[in-house]
Amino acid sequence: MESIAVLMTKPIYSYLQAELEKRFKVLKLWEAQDGSRFLQDQNQIIRAVVSDGGTGLSPELMAALPKLEIVSSFSVGMDKIDLGKCKEKGIRVSNTPDVLTDDVADLAIGLTLAVLRKLPASDRYVRSGMWKKGDFKLGTKFSGKSVGIVGLGRIGQAIATRAEAFGCKISYHSRTPKPESSNYTYYPSVVDLAAHSDILVVACALTNETRHIINREVIDALGPRGVLVNIARGATVDEPELVSALVEGRLGGAGLDVFENEPNVPEQLIELDEKVVLAPHAGSGTEETRKGMADLVVGNLVAHFEGKELLTPVV
Amino acid sequence: MESIGVLLMCPMYSYLEQELQSRFNLFKLWQQPPSKITEFLKSNQRTIKAVVSNARVGVDAQLIDSLPNLEIVASFSVGFDKIDLKRCEEKGIRVTNTPDVLTDDVADLGIALILAVLRKICPCDGFVRSGKWKDGDFGLSTKFSSKPVGIVGLGRIGSAIAKRAQAFGCSISYHSRTQKPLKPYKYYDNIVDLAKNCSILVVACSLTDETRHIVNREVIDALGPRGILINVGRGAHVDEPELVSALLEGRLAGAGLDVYEDEPEVPEPLLRLDNVVLLPHVGSDTVETCNAMADLVLANLEAHFNSRPLPTPVI
Repeated sequence: MESIAVLMTKPIYSYLQAELEKRFKVLKLWEAQDGSRFLQDQNQIIRAVVSDGGTGLSPELMAALPKLEIVSSFSVGMDKIDLGKCKEKGIRVSNTPDVLTDDVADLAIGLTLAVLRKLPASDRYVRSGMWKKGDFKLGTKFSGKSVGIVGLGRIGQAIATRAEAFGCKISYHSRTPKPESSNYTYYPSVVDLAAHSDILVVACALTNETRHIINREVIDALGPRGVLVNIARGATVDEPELVSALVEGRLGGAGLDVFENEPNVPEQLIELDEKVVLAPHAGSGTEETRKGMADLVVGNLVAHFEGKELLTPVV
Repeated sequence: MESIGVLLMCPMYSYLEQELQSRFNLFKLWQQPPSKITEFLKSNQRTIKAVVSNARVGVDAQLIDSLPNLEIVASFSVGFDKIDLKRCEEKGIRVTNTPDVLTDDVADLGIALILAVLRKICPCDGFVRSGKWKDGDFGLSTKFSSKPVGIVGLGRIGSAIAKRAQAFGCSISYHSRTQKPLKPYKYYDNIVDLAKNCSILVVACSLTDETRHIVNREVIDALGPRGILINVGRGAHVDEPELVSALLEGRLAGAGLDVYEDEPEVPEPLLRLDNVVLLPHVGSDTVETCNAMADLVLANLEAHFNSRPLPTPVI
């Protein structure tokens, strides 16, 4: 298999790269002086692409690789890969579901608690010596609050399970109701879900239907005491609307791991240092999980080239 | 009841102060210059029948002895380690605290601290705010879900922490004075063995002579260089200098602290570490819980002065 050429679109994770290099001929797109020239020269041998959630497989890259058989993505999100086109062309696509579910759900709860209990601001308060002058301000209780989840897939369900242990009341919105989750309240409208939630968590995949699913109407329904948590994709939220709602006090707070134009974050969010907690798309960013994801990426490629069933196929 | 003198030990929650002011003859100890305190107590010792204290300012024998008409000490806290119970009992003085109403908040904060330490939530927030994300990714943190959690003290708060941690797939073990046969968790009759067998050690017991410095060098070493310590009990549970040197020397991976031996003083070396989260004793500091705690303090005082059974007596 060492002669099979696998193209990496960017330096993703050193362990992943090392594992790929043990088994394949790894071509590194980011090291090429002239990317298009490089692809032209190599396009007869590249049979696989390894990419991540943010980069995916651009239409240009797909067009430049006539021998492409499989895209193995270091992510669970597929929004940057044209799955329909891949299917048409017979290109397999794999992702990394399940291994990262716990981590992303953990961060959703971590961000929720950090916003409500003002963790980063409190920590800064101690470090700056301000505690010697007086107590910090009060936060807001999490336990027992109503949590609304947009998207009750693997990650949404894992978030629900955790929130339940805090005595939270769980409701959700998804494309269709989930009969096995009958103990949670289903809302066919995201606005109604927001109106009935203290904390709204976005955990759905990014598709054409879910782009800006969190818009002004939803934010207003969530209200001045509501908190929005986004661990999905920045584009599920109308970011300028979110920012103005927070600045104007029409939304109580937000915990955000994703943004519309990462790694750029609206300046006003940076200025709101108490009601907003920001993370650099770290949802699956633990040693344990990234290793698990890398093993899955490699495992899918090996399975494909050995003529076996893919471990975690999308297409 | 406006003639009943109530001594408030330090500034507390404004709602509580206002209610005490409107219902009783309220004396505010901190408004007296230190040199005038003895005189102040002497002049008002006939009127003062109740003291309201909290976790930070207690009621010692000297104070008790200077208030011959003292009938009840109502603490705005669940911990009563700073109240001389023995002296109160000798003199027939009732003591009340605020259990249950704050259990959820403190347990929530325990989990929040675990997530914040392991997932580096505060440094992540700082990383985004500083603009460093534009120069590269944050780096990997540590997974929480499924890690073994050890709890010191399986009372109300310890049990609530256990329930939450279980929802993250964590195995729970504990150490307490006696085993709790109704609890489905693994019991260790000594804290060193507990520390050896967990990667997250949470202190949630009450402070007594037996539990002072219960987390000492031996326990910290047993927890080890990949272990983290969370303290939502009392600062004096932990040998603080030992904790600091373990963190500085890398013999402990991290710590999440809400309490310290000499609040609001925090050991200076901790202020520069990014593997610790430092909070200003905010375990029960939410609007909801402070309201409930205040109502309980008032209910205990009202019950006592109306000769009814106390809602939450300690003695």
